[in-house]
Formats: sequence, C-alpha cells, structure tokens
Amino acid sequence: MRKTLRHAWIVARKDLLLEFRSRTAILSAVVFTALVLVIFEFGRDPTAIATLDLAPSILWVTFSFAAMLGLNRAFQAELENQALDGLLLAPVSRISLYWGKLLANLAFVAVVETVGLLLFTLFFNVPVGHILLPLVGVIALATTGFIAVGTLFSAMVIRTRFAELMLPVLLLPFLIPPLVGAVQVTAKLLAGRPLSEVGGWLRLLLAYDIVFVSLASILFPSTVTE
Amino acid sequence: MLWAEDLGHRYGAVRALDGISFSLTPGQTLAIFGPNGAGKTTLLKVLAGLLHPSRGRAHIEGGRHAVGWIGHQSQLYGHLSVLENLRFWASLYDVDPEGAVFARRATDLLGRLGLEALEHRLVRVLSRGQLQRAAIARALIHDPRVLLLDEPFTGLDRVAAGELRRLLAEEAAEGRVTVLVTHNVEEGVELATEIAFMRGGRFVQLGARGGRDAAAVAAAYREAVPGA
Repeated sequence: MRKTLRHAWIVARKDLLLEFRSRTAILSAVVFTALVLVIFEFGRDPTAIATLDLAPSILWVTFSFAAMLGLNRAFQAELENQALDGLLLAPVSRISLYWGKLLANLAFVAVVETVGLLLFTLFFNVPVGHILLPLVGVIALATTGFIAVGTLFSAMVIRTRFAELMLPVLLLPFLIPPLVGAVQVTAKLLAGRPLSEVGGWLRLLLAYDIVFVSLASILFPSTVTE
Repeated sequence: MLWAEDLGHRYGAVRALDGISFSLTPGQTLAIFGPNGAGKTTLLKVLAGLLHPSRGRAHIEGGRHAVGWIGHQSQLYGHLSVLENLRFWASLYDVDPEGAVFARRATDLLGRLGLEALEHRLVRVLSRGQLQRAAIARALIHDPRVLLLDEPFTGLDRVAAGELRRLLAEEAAEGRVTVLVTHNVEEGVELATEIAFMRGGRFVQLGARGGRDAAAVAAAYREAVPGA
C-alpha cells in the first residue's frame, strides 16, 4: 500500500510539474471560468430571478465545465512520445497510476475552483465568508466524485479519435447525481440554512465518492491495457 | 533469462503472432528482421507484458524491473529536462533519484551518451539524435538486465546510428539480454548473436548468426522472406 501511494505521488507530482511548466490547460480553464461567470453576470436579469436562487447552479455549471477542460488534458502528456507505454511497462501498479492521475486532476481542479469561487463572490456579490468551511467541504466532496469518474473516462477515450468530444458525452450523465447534490447543498448554505437540513444530499455525495473511486480504481487497469 | 513458448496473439481476426518460441541467455542478442506487419512490435509488447498473449507463455527473469525498452518514440516528457525525466523514470523503478546509485548511473550514462551538457535542457528542444540518446539513458537508468529494442535506429542519421550500435554493443558485453526488431538488416546484424526472420507472425528462420556478415544475412533474409 505504501509503495502504491508513493508511486501515485510520483505520477501526480510529475503531472503537476508538467502543468506548471506548460500552463496551457490551467490558463484555459481559468479564463473559461472567468468568461462563463462574466456571461452569467451580464446575461441574467436580476429583477426576474434572485441572485441567490441562480447562484448555486451558475457556480456548479462553471466548475463542471472548467473541470472538463482539465480532464481532457489529463492523459494528453502521456501520448506525447508514447510515455504511456513507458508507464505501463514500469513496475508500477495500474491503481497507483490511476490514483496519481486522480490526485493531479484534483489539484488542478482545486486551483480552478479557488479562482472560480473568488470571481463568483466578486461578480455576484454573494457573501460566502461565514459558510466558507462547509462550502469548501461540499465542493471537495462533489469534485472528488466527478473527477474520479472523469479520470477513468479520460483514460478510456485518450486513444480514440475525437477524445475531446467523447469525454463530455460519456461523463455528463455521470455528473448528474453529484451536481444535483452539490447544487442543493450549496443553495441551502447560501440561504443560511443549517447543514442538518441537507444530511441526505451529503450522504449521497459521500456514497458517490466511495463507490466511484473504488469502481474506477478497479476498472482503470483494463482501460489502459491494450 | 528470457524465454517464449508457443506465443500467439490475435487482433480480432488478424493473427499477429503464431507459435513463437525461443530462449536467450545473458550476453545474447537476438535480432529479429521482418517486413512491416510481420508481428515484430507485437512480439516485443508481449515479451514486455504490455500485451497478454492469446496463447503460450513468455518469461523474463526479474519481471518488469528487469526490462528496458527503447523504441522509435522516446517515452520522455517534453516539458521536463533530461535529468528530470531520468529522475522520474528511475523513481518508478524504485531507484532513489536522490541516492548515490542514481547519481553514479546518471553521470555514467549521460557521459557515455554525450548528454552531460544537455542534462538541464528541456526534452522538447532536443534534436532527433539527442532525443534518442536521452531515450536510451531513460531505458538504462534502472540498469535493466533485458533490453527490448523496437526499431531504435528510426530517424537517426548514420553517425547517430553508429553511436547507438556502439553503445548497445557495450551494454550487451556487460551481459544483458537484448531483443532487437527492425526491418533493416544492415542496422541490426552487427549487434546480433542470434538472428530470426519473421513473416506473418511466425519465425521463418531462427538460429545463431555465426560468422555471417551483413551481406550474407541480407541474402538469407531475401530468400526466406521474398519481397522483403
């Protein structure tokens, strides 16, 4: 187990260093996040729908599509010079490869979500300071679930043509449960309601994470083996 | 050290390998010549464990730790430097990238491959020849006992190909087992102690090279694999 975690960390660190050096995906995702939030800010009629009613959906639509940009690049670096074959040839368990990729994707999306949350509070004038801790917890719960599934699908489609088109088509149906849960919990938090009112949604998010991280860890080896 | 027994592999209806058997001991180099589509790369992938054979068995003493792969793609990350790539791959093979073993091995390889001055250069700015030398360093950094070489001379000029042959000969002399696949007889013959001609997923000829030179092997190859 220690070895698996160590290899996972080595893979994640390499991915993050590559992203830090190239900065292509992170910049696209941050710019995309800012653009979506600007469009929602100027495209909505605040007299028709209250900001607080719309804000949770806007936040999660932005997060999920920005995350998609990150997931699309997750295995791109492995195709360059066929590094993926090298990884598969190395005496490293496939699970540690998956966990490494998952960890790097989570770090990537965390950065995008941090920027997104700052811009969200700025554009929509929604105060989140008093609910920051539970809000971050919900974001972490929901993000872990859909990034777990997204990392698996990203590996599945990477050798196919139109991988960038295939990923959202495959992934979006699986995003429905965590997104619905996240929107519901975020809405309650922004409305100042206690977390006890959304216990069911929180349990669903937690169950989704456990099920899909486990399932994806089991299925990942067969998706990358020729 | 390395053996294969009745290996077979299919891609759907296409039979890529059919009844391949051989064994190699330390210091031996098997050069496999065959036209495109003969099944050479598939054989290497099965030996490396990247593909599961449809039938038969292959064994490499030491498992995946013992294998070094050099192909026509470098398996290096363009946005990492040569040294950072070596550190990454070494750590996957449980060689401590901060340890003395890695430092000694990396210094030796970079020196022999003429890459000392380039160790901090990003891989994406290397020339084709430099990239291939860096790929060789990556494949050897964990001191593998078995080398699997898939068309390693592709894209190299004569000088770079000569340097690669010299280096591989040195590695073989240290007792490594080498399996080299190529469609170009002239490139591989010098290194070989054993020679196989491959067509349609089968070895049509397998045996010791003996004293044959490149011309003699090429003539035998043309006879065994008409149209090659």
